[in-house]
Formats: sequence, C-alpha cells, structure tokens
Amino acid sequence: MMIENQPKSIRIDLQIIADMIEPDTRVLDVGCGTGTLLDYLVHFKQVDGRGIELSTEGVNACVSNGLSVIQGDANIDLKDYPDQAFDYVVLSQTLQAMNAPREVLKQLLRIGRYAVVSFPNFAHWRVRTHLVFKGRMPVSETLPHQWYETPNIHFCTIKDFTVLCKEMGIAVERSLSLDHSGSVFRRIDMTPFLSNLFGEQAVFLLKG
Amino acid sequence: MRRNEEGRTLEMTTTLNENAANQDTEIPGLRVQLAQDEPVRLDCGVNLKDITVAYQTYGQLNENKSNAVLICHALTGDQFVAETHPMTGKPGWWSELVGSGKTIDTERYFVICSNILSGCMGTTGPKDINPETGKAWGLNFPVTTVADMVRVQARLIDHLGIDQLFAVLGGSMGGMQVLEWAAKYSERVFAAVPIATAARHSAQNIAFHEVGRQAIMADPDWCGGDYPSQDKHPHRGLAVARMAAHITYLSQSALHRKFGRKLQERDAISYGFDADFQVESYLRHQGITFVDRFDANSYLYTTRAMDYFDLGGDYEGVLANAFRGTQTRFCVFSFTSDWLFPTEGNREIVHALNAVAANVSFAEIESDKGHDAFLLKEPEFFRVLGGFLEGAAELRGLPK
Repeated sequence: MMIENQPKSIRIDLQIIADMIEPDTRVLDVGCGTGTLLDYLVHFKQVDGRGIELSTEGVNACVSNGLSVIQGDANIDLKDYPDQAFDYVVLSQTLQAMNAPREVLKQLLRIGRYAVVSFPNFAHWRVRTHLVFKGRMPVSETLPHQWYETPNIHFCTIKDFTVLCKEMGIAVERSLSLDHSGSVFRRIDMTPFLSNLFGEQAVFLLKG
Repeated sequence: MRRNEEGRTLEMTTTLNENAANQDTEIPGLRVQLAQDEPVRLDCGVNLKDITVAYQTYGQLNENKSNAVLICHALTGDQFVAETHPMTGKPGWWSELVGSGKTIDTERYFVICSNILSGCMGTTGPKDINPETGKAWGLNFPVTTVADMVRVQARLIDHLGIDQLFAVLGGSMGGMQVLEWAAKYSERVFAAVPIATAARHSAQNIAFHEVGRQAIMADPDWCGGDYPSQDKHPHRGLAVARMAAHITYLSQSALHRKFGRKLQERDAISYGFDADFQVESYLRHQGITFVDRFDANSYLYTTRAMDYFDLGGDYEGVLANAFRGTQTRFCVFSFTSDWLFPTEGNREIVHALNAVAANVSFAEIESDKGHDAFLLKEPEFFRVLGGFLEGAAELRGLPK
C-alpha cells in the first residue's frame, strides 16, 4: 500500500550509504551530483544536509530543488570547513576522481565524525578478465569511460583501500561490497577475498 | 576636424541642459522620518538625526509579519524595483524578477526597497537641506558607509514593525548591504542572497571609482561640491563618470556582440572626434541620461561607501568571524563574465561561510553579459534563486 512520504527508491549503493547515516544528523555530501542522495537524506532522514558539486548543472539542479549546495571543488574547498563540523561526510563514487585521495580522506575525517566512502572496485573479476583477456582498459556499466576521457584518475581495489585505511589509522566501522546486480552484499571484513573478487562497488563507514 | 569637435561639445551641452530641467521634480512614493529622537551613530562618528527614507513596497505583509523581503539596491539603483520609474519612464530595475507571479512573487511576499542613505531619490543625502544651515549639505554631508546604509534600513524595518525579514537580497553594492545585514543583524535575517558582490571592494574597483570622482570634481560646475547653492550641475563630469563605470558593467564579448566596430548613422569614419562608432554613441547616451536622474555629490558619497566596504576588517580581518554562529541560510550568486565582481570574490564569501559551517548555497551562472547580468533576465539565475527561496519559504512555514 502506498503511503505519503514513503521513501522513494534510490540507487542501491546510495541506499546502502543512506542506511549507514543516523537520522537528525549533520551531513556533507561531497560531489553530490544532482542531489539524489542529499534529497533523500534531507526528506527521509531529516538530516541537516549540505553538498559540494563541481558541475554547474548539478549545483543548479540541487539549489533549485531547495538543497544547500555550493559550486566547488573537493580538491580545494574541503580545507575551509572547520574540524568536526558534520556528523557524516559522504564521498560517493568520487574518491577515484580526486587529485590526492589520501589527502581528501584525511580532510573528510577532519570535517566529519564519520566518513562514508563508496567507490568502484578495480579488482572485480570482470575488470580483471577484461584486462587479462582483452588487454585493454576496462569499460563497463560502472566504469563507462574510455581511458582518455575518464575523470577517474586514481582507481583502487577494495584491498588497496583497506590497506590505506590501516596505514592512516582509520577505523573501518562497517564495510560492504555489492555485486553486479546490486542484490548480493558481502561484509568486507568477513570475506575480504570474495569481496575483492566479486564486489563491483564498495561502501565504507569510517571513523577517524 | 575642429568644427566636428565643437559640434560634438555643443550637442552634448544642449542635451544636458534640457535634461537639467527635470532634475528637481518631486519624486513620488512613500516617505518616513526616522531618527527623530534617537540619532543614527554613523561610522565616521557623526550622530545623524531626522533622516528621511524614501521607499516602495509591493504585496501585503502577512499577519505574523514573516513574509517580508528586503531588496537592497546597487550604486545607481533606487527604490523603484518593480514599477515604471517615475523619472525615466522605464520599467523598474528588477521588474523581470519581482512582481505578481514572478520569481519574487509579490502575491506571496511583502517586498520592501528603500533608497540608500546618501542617495538622491528621496532618502537623506548631500543634495538635501542641512537643517542646521538651511543650505544643501553638499560636501558637509557626513561620509557614510555601507554599514550606515544598513543601520538606516534597520530603522525602517523597525518602523514597519518587522522583527525578522524572510529574505534580504541585493546585487553589487546591494550585495554588500546583504552581507552587512547578515553579519550585524543575523537574527533578523532568515535568508540572505548576496549576488555579484564582494566582502570588500577591490583595488581595481576603488581605482575605477576614483576615475569617476575625479571626472566629477574636474568639472568647473562642480564648484567644490557647492553647485546646488550656485544653481549649477556638474553634468559633464557626472556623465563621464557614468560612461567609465558603464564599461565596467559590461563584458568584452557583450560589447562586441552589441556594437562590434559598427558605425553610428554613417557609412564611413569622419576623421574627427564625433561619435563615429555605435559604442561611443551608446556610452554618451548612458552618460547623458544618467545625469537626468542622479546627483553628482550623491555619486561621490556612494562610491566612497563602496570603497570603504571591508566586512572582514570589522572582524580582525577574518571574514568568517562576521558569520560565526549564524542561523541564516545563504545563497550566493556570481556570473561567469563579471569582471567587476568576479566569481573569486563571491567564492571568498562562500569560503568564509563554510568556515563557520553556515548553511550556504553557491551558484555561478553562465552569462556573457558581465556585471550587468544580475539586472537582466537570466533564466538560469531566476530558476536557481526561485528554488532557493522556495526551500527557505517551506522551512519558514510560508504558504504557497
């Protein structure tokens, strides 16, 4: 039965991120695109939500929709925010496009109590076989760009990311991998090998 | 060649004198006498009493007085935002944006716009009579600041019985006033929209203003600022000031698109100093029509107020401190081709607001129309602003 204000359906990876965020908190969505996640969080989790987005079209879509979003570059603008200004800082499918992902991670956990980070897993079996058998940079639904035009300049695998977190002393509170259909989740901490092989995307909840 | 030059000067003088006839016609609209008991303490240290404020309103103030929108005008703007201008006969300067069913819907909001302190459209300024001397203030008028303009506006808002404004909006110098409101009266501003502005006036902008002021002061009819009592008007100087300033409101591409090197009502260049090019003719027209409605001393004072504006300077040089603890929702706008108040200056405001984790939106609007873009019909600007106001109105509980 339909009831009013029933949460609308959003992309599964966004839903997983949303599920990691407690209601009535302060959230900054870095690279918020046209505001799908932010809009969901504001309306169905009652968060005090803000966004940063690089593209003018994205910003204009967000602001005309009543969301608080600034046109800016996460590589540059994150440093302005004060320490612990937010409960959660979300970086969804954007880490791999950052100039300095390690620095960005540091900033996320300086600004927020928690960071929620999602990224495409470059060790997914399709990517591996694409590279091994076709001998070319993988192009797929989740990685739709050719190598010469991709904004994704810093790909990593789930294992790479886990190692980086350890090196940086970042606590992984929760971590899930999603397979191609989005219907199978794995806890990365319980099944690191399978997650890294079958997970097309990963979502991490981090604490500094 | 000589004849051409003389001809041009004559032509300009004639037009100026004709225009001068309109100068002192009564300006219609609302008036209120403020600061009769309690003077306004100006930044320069003067206590100014008996201030007349000329203002216009559009729409109805609702029962709990929560739908008031204050619009702050720019250097040469005035209170006639959304109606035919009584002196020029042209549509109000923001009539594309403000009105019934428009982005700032006067069916929904109670819109207020007042002429600034030091202005020349009815609010107390240098062309008015100094009650102590019985003569026009001229250069004896105290040097006022953007903060002083806002102090007087706050008195007007008190007078209208409004505790909190739903929104304060303005572009250019109007945007400076918005920032001042948000910093000094933060609890009285639910939403603030600074447009194509800066938290401090740049060296380049001070330089342009100085050119304008020198043009006015170089006009012998300026008479050391005492022209009203000598029945003169430094129209030539003021027109040149306007011409120089007008270039800064446009962009190279806008000028090129509009005029290129097209000639004015002739097939060939004249080998003289007549207005051969359309762009010259256009600028002369801008200058001539401006003196019709603007007072030269008022131009000096108001440009000075902009030059002095440095909001961060009031907070130990840290702009973010101006907004610490603010609950106001901000939406900052800039335009890509605006080189007078470029995006970087607007972004500085955003950075300061981010630094205190304020609720801020920021959109840079693509336009090739230069600084003037904020006054023009820019659909993307209207759409984003409309969305921001809608979101804020929802939170403020204003019915559609």
